[in-house]
Formats: sequence, C-alpha cells, structure tokens
Amino acid sequence: MDVTKIEPHHLMANSNQGTVEHMLEVVGADDVEELFEQIPAEHRLQGDPNLPPALVSEADLSRHMDDLLGRDVKPKVSFLGGGCWPHYVPAVVDEIVGRAEFLNNIWGTPSSDLGRTQSLFEFCSQLGELLELDFVGLPVYSWGCAAGHAMLMAQRLNGRPEVLIPASLDPERRAVIETYAGKPELEQYVELIEVACDWETGCVDLDDLKAKLSEKTAAIYLENPSFLGTFEASGPEAARLAGEAGAEVIVGVDPIALGVTASPSAWGADIVVGTIQSLGVHMNGGGGASGFIASRDEERYARQYPTLCLSAAHTADGDIGFSMTLFEQTSYGSRELGNDWTGNSTYLWAIAASVYMALLGPRGFEEIGQTILSRSHQAAEAVAAVPGVEVRFGDGFFKEFVADFNQTGKTVKEINAKLREHGVFGGLDLSARFPELGQSALICVTEIHQDEDIALLGEALTEAVK
Amino acid sequence: MSGVRKYHAPVWDEPVVMEMGSPGRRGYIPPKAGGGDTSAFVPDAMRRAERADLPELSEAEVQRHYVHLAQETLGMMGVNLFGTCTIKYSPLLGERIAAEHIAALHPGQDEETIQGVLAVLSGMNDMLCELSGMDQFVFQAGGGADAAYTNAVTTRAYHADRGELEQRNEIITTIQTHPCNAATAAAAGFKVITLMLGEDGYPPLEALEAAVSERTAGMMIGNPDDMGIYNPEIKTWVDLVHGAGGLCFYDHANFNGVMSKLRARELGFDACMFMLHKTFAAPFGGGGPAVGAYGCSSELEPYMPRPLVRRSGDSFSLEDVDQAPKSVGRVREYLGNVPQIVKAYSWARSMGAEGIRFASDLSVLSNNYMEKRLLEIPGLTISHPDIKSRRLEMTRYSLGKLQEDTGITVFDIQNRMVDFGVDAPWLSHEPWLVPEPITPEAGETWPIEDLDYWIDVLAHVCREAYENPEVVKTAPHNQAIGPVDGSKINEPDQWATTWRAYKKKHGDRLKERTGS
Repeated sequence: MDVTKIEPHHLMANSNQGTVEHMLEVVGADDVEELFEQIPAEHRLQGDPNLPPALVSEADLSRHMDDLLGRDVKPKVSFLGGGCWPHYVPAVVDEIVGRAEFLNNIWGTPSSDLGRTQSLFEFCSQLGELLELDFVGLPVYSWGCAAGHAMLMAQRLNGRPEVLIPASLDPERRAVIETYAGKPELEQYVELIEVACDWETGCVDLDDLKAKLSEKTAAIYLENPSFLGTFEASGPEAARLAGEAGAEVIVGVDPIALGVTASPSAWGADIVVGTIQSLGVHMNGGGGASGFIASRDEERYARQYPTLCLSAAHTADGDIGFSMTLFEQTSYGSRELGNDWTGNSTYLWAIAASVYMALLGPRGFEEIGQTILSRSHQAAEAVAAVPGVEVRFGDGFFKEFVADFNQTGKTVKEINAKLREHGVFGGLDLSARFPELGQSALICVTEIHQDEDIALLGEALTEAVK
Repeated sequence: MSGVRKYHAPVWDEPVVMEMGSPGRRGYIPPKAGGGDTSAFVPDAMRRAERADLPELSEAEVQRHYVHLAQETLGMMGVNLFGTCTIKYSPLLGERIAAEHIAALHPGQDEETIQGVLAVLSGMNDMLCELSGMDQFVFQAGGGADAAYTNAVTTRAYHADRGELEQRNEIITTIQTHPCNAATAAAAGFKVITLMLGEDGYPPLEALEAAVSERTAGMMIGNPDDMGIYNPEIKTWVDLVHGAGGLCFYDHANFNGVMSKLRARELGFDACMFMLHKTFAAPFGGGGPAVGAYGCSSELEPYMPRPLVRRSGDSFSLEDVDQAPKSVGRVREYLGNVPQIVKAYSWARSMGAEGIRFASDLSVLSNNYMEKRLLEIPGLTISHPDIKSRRLEMTRYSLGKLQEDTGITVFDIQNRMVDFGVDAPWLSHEPWLVPEPITPEAGETWPIEDLDYWIDVLAHVCREAYENPEVVKTAPHNQAIGPVDGSKINEPDQWATTWRAYKKKHGDRLKERTGS
C-alpha cells in the first residue's frame, strides 16, 4: 500500500494517511502487506477483484439505488398473502425497531442490554398470553423453520419415525419442512406422511388421518387457520386421536387470528408454532419472515428447544433482570450434541412484535380479528358475484379464501395479468401446487383493505374473466 | 494512557410491560368494518373464550416504554469490538432505501413487477461470485448458521443424487470452526468428526489424513480462525477431502481479514458463505434478520436451494424447483431477507474493489495495532504465544494469568467493562481452548481513538482486578441494572420465559413488591 496515495473513505475512520502511518509505526511494519505474512503467496489473488466502480458519494449511491429499485411496479392494491401478508404496521413499531440501540445491537450482557432482553421477554410474555402457553423460545427464522424444529423436537421426545402433515400445507412452508425432515439414507430422518384434505371443506380428512396414525407417528402437524384460510374444524378431534396414539400435536398458527380464535393449546396442541410477520413486521419481499415455538412449561418440552431461551431472573436487590436459560442444550453450548442449531435469527422482529402486541392489547386483537373476518368475507362475496367465479369452502375462513376460476376458462396467470392492468395484484396462484383446485387463487384480505379496494377487485376481476 | 470516561447508563427502572397500563386503555385502534357480527364465521370449537391478558396502554405510553428500553441498551452506542461478529457501522442510507422500496414488497409478486429488486439480487450475486470465485449464490439462509445448514443439505442432496449418501455420512470440521458447522451437519443427519488443534494453531495434516475415508461427505471449515490464525496447508486439506470424494465448504465468517486477498474457489473449495449482516455492513438487529449468502461451484449449483435469480440481458427472472429437480428446495421460505441484501449491495457499491481491499488492510492493521498495546496489560497473554507471525483481523487473548493472580474471571471483566460505556468483549465459542478467553475485533470502521479507549478500559479494569478486585467482582455499578443472578436459571421451578410462568413461579416476589 502506498500511504501517500490513500483516499480516505467515509465508512473507514482510520483511512486517513496519518492514522495509517501511526499504526504501521506502532506495529513495526513498513507496509500493510507484511501483516498478511501468514497467507502463502500461491493462495493470494493477484490484483483487485473486478467489481463495479465505487459509488463513494452517498448522493450518487442513493440515486443509483432509487434508479434500480424504481423499476419495481407498485400496485394500487394487492391481494397477495399466503404466509406473508399486508398488515398495517403502526408508526411506533417502525420508530422502535429503527432505534440505533436495537437496530445495531450485537449481544451485550444482561445488565448492559437490559432493554433489549426485556423487550424480548415481553415478546415471549405477550405471545404467551395470546397462545395461553407458559414457555416461549426466542424466535427462529420463519414459520416453516419453526415447524421443522418442532417436528424434530417431537421425534427426540418419543423416538418415532413419522410425522403426519396436511395436504393443504403452504408449498413454501412444506418445502422447508421437507428439508428439515432429512433423507432416509441417514440416521436422523423423519418420514413425512401426507394426510388427505377434504376438498369439500378444506379441512383435514379425519378418516385418512385415522388410517395413517399409528405407533410410528411421532407427531401430527396441523394449522389453524389453514394455508387455504379455512378453520381446521376437525382439529380438536385430530388432536384427541393423536394423543391416544401417543403422538405429539404440533399446530401452526397465525397469531393475528388469536383475538377471535382459540389458541390451539385450548384444543389439544402440545407445541404451537407460527409466524410473527403479521405482528407488526413489514412483508419486506419475504424478509419479514420469522417464526416462534411455544409449549406448556414442562421440562420434557423445555429440554428439547433448539432456540435460545430467555428467562426472568433477579439481582441481589430483587430487581427483575433477564438472562439465558437452558443454554447448554443449544448449538452454542454443545456444538453437534445440542438440539438442532441456533444462531442469528429474527430478534429485531421479535421487538417489533412486542411493541405491536403492547399497542393492540386485548381489545385490539379482538377487533382486528373481527375486521379481518368481516372484510375477507365481504371480499369473498364480491368475488363470488363475478360471473364464472366461485368461492371454495364457503363461509368460515380467516383473511384468505380460494377463488375458483375454473368456469371462466382462463388461467390464474392470465387473470392476474389482466388485474395488473387495473393496478391490482391478484391472489396467489394455486394451480401448480394444488391440481385438485384447478385454476384457483388464494385471495388475501386484511384490515388494510377498504371498501373501495374490494370494489376495485370485483370490477377488475369482472373485466379480467370476460 | 488517557483515563476512563465518566459514564452511567440511563436507569428507568422500567416495569415489565405486563404490569403497566389500565383496563380499557387503547394503544392502536384497528379499522372498523361495517359487516356486523362476525362470530358466525368462526366454528364454535375454534372461538376464543376470553380476551388475551395483554397490557392496555395508550400509544404514547408504549412509545415511551420502548424508548426507555432502547435507552437501557448499550448496543453500539459506546464502543463495541465484539470479535467474530465483524462489528461495523451500517450506513443509514440503507434504512431509507429499504423502507421506501422493499417494506411493502410481497415475495409472490409477478416477476415483471420486481425487476428492480431482482436486479439488486443479481448484482449482489455477481459481486459475491467475483469475491469468492464461486459460480452462483443464494440468499435464502437467515443467518450464517443457516448458510452452514444450507451447505449441509446441499452436500446431502449431492451425495444422494450420486447414490453415495448412505456410505458418505460424515462431515469433518475443526474445533476452532464455528459450532454452527458441527451442529448443522448433525441436524442434516451427518456424523461429525472434529479435529483438534496442533502446535501450529491448526490441526495437523495427519489428523485430517486419518479422518478422511470413503465415508467422508465433506468438510466445513473456517480460515482464518477466531484466533487470527490462517491454515497455510488449506489447499492440501481441500485436495485430501476431494481425493476421498468429499465436498469442501469455506465458512467465511472471518472474511474481513482476507477479502480481496484470496478466493475460496481458487483454493479449491466447492462452496462458501458470507455474512451480509457482518462483513457487508447490513445492521445486526440484535441477532437478525440476517443473511448467510451461500455460494457454490457450478457442479453443486443444481443442488443448492431455489429460487435463484437469472439474468437475461436487462431482464431478470426466478428459477424455482420446477426447473431444478435436484435442488434441495428451500431452507427457509422465500428469497431471503431482502432489505438486508439491499443494504449489503449498497455497502459493496459504496466501497468498490479498492475500498474492500482497503477495509481488509485496515482491519488487519488495526488488530495488530491493538495487539501491541493489549500485550502490555499485566495478566493478559496471547493464545498460542509460540506462533510469532502476525495475526489477521482478530486475535484471541487469555486472561488466565489474571484469573490465577486475582480470582477475577472474564465474566467479571465483561461486567466491569460495561461500566465505562463499552460493550462487553466476546469471549470464545465453546469449548474454550485457552483459559479465560477474550476476542476483540477492530474492523475498519472504528476510529483509533475508540480502539485506544477500549484498550484503556480493559487496562483499567485489569488493574482494578489486582488492586481492588471487589469492585470488579460486584460489577456492573454504572449500568441500567446490577448483576443478574443466573445461578438457578436452569432449574425448572425457577426459569420463566414468560410473564405467565413468572407469576406462577415467583408470584411471592410480586406480592412483596406491590405490598398486596
């Protein structure tokens, strides 16, 4: 490095000539290059990598980013959901997760990070109230990852080889679960067995469940509401049957529904998993994904968590503080002998969810659930009124419903392309993953959709199917 | 040597939110729908019986409570040299860009509506390929450990496709490679073989020779390690594993020390991982959302997760599993933590090749600068003192001598350092190979004044350990809260991960506090 030719860079404090010279003098080197003496010459790259020219000025970079991302098309209204949903994020949530203390935090001590750990404890505590469960781990990467871990927890608990999953499972989530299940060639493996869906109701086919439950079943996995928006009305019976068979009951849930729906723990779930994206986290192109694992506060479950777990504790003065519990069973504590693995996760989103739950309170959750129920059913009526379009599974869904376009003779792809001409992003295309439904779309309606949005959907859809 | 600063953390004595508020108070009022009673839409057995026992607070109370909690968090407000995490300043422009362009994006949008974001992902892919020599990257993994998992399952898919998985069920790693490598290999179903260090600070070649066999599925390894030691035999290692039919994964957690200096692919590796929330300056978020960018050779590309961004001229598309039947599919839903990828792209563009090389130079120079000063502290020694060559971007030290002399542990040191407004230093991943380890990492963003201050604080605390150990043992004194007693925290009747559990297990304390 020729120190006389240094161009100081705004992101590197010590990039001025004087500091570099001073540090070189202290370390006793003539050139920085000497400090790389450990790396054999034949390992070294000759010259600089060929990267695009630097945009050192923030003004140039800002313009570049705006130009690039300005190519994205923004809709008037979108009805895309299916595991990542457009909910309103209150301004207070954005303010708190944007605070530099949280945003740039690494990992402090229980004392120096009291505020962060308390926020995380409050996340677990409030989620625990919604779920009516006493043990909640720190968050994981996503709902699918949470379900995958829960399945492995169940297998560690009872040593059985199979997990039953519903046919209506989100293909995204299912693909993650399949990865976690592993391969039969290796010792650790979960055989996933699909339980048929009753395509009349959208619920799990109980007869098929009964036929597939056995002493080999480690766990059954259900969701409520299901990926298709329906309530899993056979859930309590399925849970009872699984319990009789000695299997664990894992239920996935979208917690924003819990103001109007019972926690799965009230009808037989042993382990509850789900997303926290709906609790104050922007969709972020899917980067809002985040998940949780919760259960009763029983040692047999607690000992199987792969997550970091945070507990309240006390100072000598009796103040409440927070510290890790059950650390030894994590991959940080025990490497390959720990439960699965953990690492950086989605902790900032847990703080978002903590703020969100504190803002909503008990009545807020009830009201937002009612509004979502109301507006999604209102939208379903509007969609069903379009000639040739039917709504599958009738009444009784939350936030999402299946619009059946089979009678229109058009594909979802064609219809959605037409809708985009009206500034409308139509529902998720289900045709590839669910051939049973033919040309159908999953339409998502939340509290952010207003009457005029629903009217626009109806009008645009009427045009699109013509 | 200058003195230590006067510092005291804000103390708000903030109650747990569950104890706050007043019945009926509202913090956020959702939109009302005109549809009337909705209860009939929910089957009887699925209806919630009682409202959740959540706090009831007004908007301002919530805002103030969490601002107080933010203030009771040191975060990076002081100086944070947390080793192995490559602490950097995260340029704020990224926050504006992400909020404006990414927040409202849905991952299921039609490709034609997300050409901008796909262009960024593609551009990031190209830069990482250039920095590593790999042929393709995927950003789906939600952190470095998840990228290690991505490698484990990609390796699994590769051997399964060749019909060799049953036979190749072992992954080799080293004791100084991050625990997530061993753990994710095991979670993917592999047996793990861990090589211990030899005299040179890395495992001897003979250990690897003894470990490789027809059972070897692959090797997962970091280099340089967290002690700043580079394994100069790494090419031979890769050859040995390849010779046995295994795949080689380079955990580039410590890329800061070698970025622009070498390429994983040119050393023979089949795959590698970069942490965009560390090396590429996306904010850490207190533990995510993060991105473990996983890259591999064209030979492994069919097996890596999907979707991948494909470029055709100036237009971009997503290739999913329907076009890649051998792919492992997903390790996590969707495309990855897009805001973080955008921030990392923006950082890399602002640095350019020259900036990235300079950043690596400065982080290695700063570490060596720190080493000179740190080794003057009585009670502190360097790991592997016999190794005389210069360490790279981070060095592991031991306070074992100080502990022998004074009884003060590294945990005490951590608790006392935070009394002066610097974050506690990172110690070491498990297992500790040197007694009472600490591992600072300077990186390229902290000014020398901050590095000096951090050293001054450590020197001050070590001096206290000899002269006034009680003040160190009982630390912290200037923090938001005193030391938390975790001695019984692993006992089932003591731990409480939620307020519900706390009330049941520690309700007597609550009664005492409220006097009821």
